[in-house]
Amino acid sequence: MIYTKDLSKTYNGTTVLNIEELTIPKGQSFGLVGNNGAGKTTYFSLLLDLIKPTTGNITSNNVVVDESEDWKPFTSSFIDESFLIGYLTPEEYFYFIGELRGQNKADVDALTSKFEDFFNGEIIGKKKYLRDLSKGNQKKAGIVAALIGNPEVIILDEPFANLDPTTQIRLKQIIKDLAEKQGVTVLVSSHDLMHVTDVCERIVVLEKGNVIKDLETNPATLKELEAHFASGAVVSQEEE
Amino acid sequence: MIKHFLNLEWKQYFRSSYWQKNIAINILMVFFALYFVAMFLGLGFGLLFILKEMYPEQDPFVAANGFLFYWIIGDLLMRFFLQKLPVMSVKPLLTLPIKRSTVVNYVLGKSALSFFNFLPLFAIIPFSIMLIGDGYVASEILIWMFALIITVLIINFLNFIIEAFSAESELSFLPIIVVVSVLFGLNYFEIVPMTTLIGSGFLGIANNLILILIPIAILALCYGFNFKTLRKKLYLDSSLKTKVTEVNASDLSWTERFGDIAPFMKLDLKLIWRNKRTKSMAMLLLIGVLYGLFFYPQPMYREMTFMSAFIGIFSTGFFLINFGQFIPAWDSGYYKLLMSQNIKYEQYLRSKFILMVISVVLLFVLGIPYVYFGYKILIAHFAAAIYNIGVNTHVILWGGSFNRKKIDLDKKAAFNYQGTGAVQWLIGIPLMLVPMGLFGLVNWLAGFSAAIALLIVLGVLGIVFHKKLMKGITKKYSDSKYKMIDAFSQDN
Repeated sequence: MIYTKDLSKTYNGTTVLNIEELTIPKGQSFGLVGNNGAGKTTYFSLLLDLIKPTTGNITSNNVVVDESEDWKPFTSSFIDESFLIGYLTPEEYFYFIGELRGQNKADVDALTSKFEDFFNGEIIGKKKYLRDLSKGNQKKAGIVAALIGNPEVIILDEPFANLDPTTQIRLKQIIKDLAEKQGVTVLVSSHDLMHVTDVCERIVVLEKGNVIKDLETNPATLKELEAHFASGAVVSQEEE
Repeated sequence: MIKHFLNLEWKQYFRSSYWQKNIAINILMVFFALYFVAMFLGLGFGLLFILKEMYPEQDPFVAANGFLFYWIIGDLLMRFFLQKLPVMSVKPLLTLPIKRSTVVNYVLGKSALSFFNFLPLFAIIPFSIMLIGDGYVASEILIWMFALIITVLIINFLNFIIEAFSAESELSFLPIIVVVSVLFGLNYFEIVPMTTLIGSGFLGIANNLILILIPIAILALCYGFNFKTLRKKLYLDSSLKTKVTEVNASDLSWTERFGDIAPFMKLDLKLIWRNKRTKSMAMLLLIGVLYGLFFYPQPMYREMTFMSAFIGIFSTGFFLINFGQFIPAWDSGYYKLLMSQNIKYEQYLRSKFILMVISVVLLFVLGIPYVYFGYKILIAHFAAAIYNIGVNTHVILWGGSFNRKKIDLDKKAAFNYQGTGAVQWLIGIPLMLVPMGLFGLVNWLAGFSAAIALLIVLGVLGIVFHKKLMKGITKKYSDSKYKMIDAFSQDN
């Protein structure tokens, strides 16, 4: 589904991302973890053609993303709040995204009604603009908007941050369902090792732009990841 | 404590990315400031002669006092629209061990150092010097001058009181309009002769030192009132909270007839109505319509036919210029979303194009009454409208592809230079000067009809080649996609 080859991104001589080869099959729930500056958001931005790769490229469903725009109809994403249009209400925002993805109001309503639990009554029908919602509620609206129009690839950057515990648990269920039941390829990044191991079948660890671990999730994965990141902390303590 | 505050103030000013990045605009602002200072200085030194000329039979000092009422009203009005109490900047101070009253005094004291308070001094002080030089009693004039300086501060704090009230009312302009029109009405219909009352009041102060206690008392009262209200409001859930506005949804289903660009048209219309900066820009439309009234009533301008082409371009293209120059920066806040969504650049741009065309037609129709000043004006406006639709829309869309500056939609438009770069200044040349020059030249060589025909032909050519032009413009936008995304995601 998504094939990355010789991908690198360099800013002023500093390489922030360097992936030789990475294949993500269709319907996989894929997790990306790493400390700040590891290159997670850079990879997602390259995947959405928001920045230009220095070398190499990403092919999504046989479309080279920085050459053609044909990946757009089947790809959706929520990276950060700059993906929201602040002066719209959540409903208007959903309808707008829906219109761009060929969904009418009824389709969008049908989809959002499935997320009443997730919204916890704080999003729909509140007569508030998105810019006036709390960070957590903005995030909920952005994530659900990314599900509109039956996308085949969904990219969520740090979806768990800023969410309350109940919502985090609900979101995990939503992401699992997407991959398992609907065959959607879901790409998630997170700082929370527990959440990613819960949700993702496969976890890739990035460090300074390089893939240093590629794990199939199993009961021991969380321990392994914790050990890995803890050792980093020990090393840096010793260096000091 | 004061030392810390001053230090913060200094850093805030010189470390703002605005100052560092935008030298050209800063120079412009300094130029504006100097211009106003020069104007006021000129007024200060010249006023005595002007008054002697205009009211030869009256004592110029008494005559000057007669104008004080109008100055107070005008100053109050101007400040209401331009000066705001700088409350938000103290938010980080609240959790620090500083007394609340110190913070309030700091905010209020800071407002006293505003440019608006210094500007009148440039007129007041030279005028006083001239008066003393003219043989008035020095001590009286000095007291009078001091009273005026206190009045400046009273206006300063009175404005904040009015603003506090207007923040609570639905129609935010209402309090200032009521205050000003009541004062003005009382004076105009001679119910209470405010002009003479205030005038003789100041004369009285000049003659009797004790009376200066009255303005000082008023100042103390105003300050006290501000202090009390501000102290009560300095909490996160009152004045420091950013205002949450109720949604006013309107039916935009009429846009559906525009087919595939309807979602963008709806988005653009909401953009204009729901954000401070765009809303105040839309209000400027009124100025566009009335622009001709500055010129046409004077026979001098009616003689110069090429002026009507310029006014036509400007007044029918007012929205086009103001809205168009910041395409696509209006959408800079969520540009990444648009770029990763399933949209075509061409649709996105065409929606903006249609919107501008509608505005040109609308402004032309609203400007039809100018025919009162001569049918030639109407013809010139018509030609200008066609030119705007055919040529200027494309020019400004093309220029937009060079925009690299983010716009924060929640800031007001007047005196807001955010998002302004070299593009905005340069684009004015093809937009205004080229049609004006062409029109003037042909008008001079071959006459009025030929010049009108030229504008119309150019406009029609633009309309005919619309599809081709849009293709080129779209390509220009696609080519600078990454640069724009990068620039718009930077806070400036």
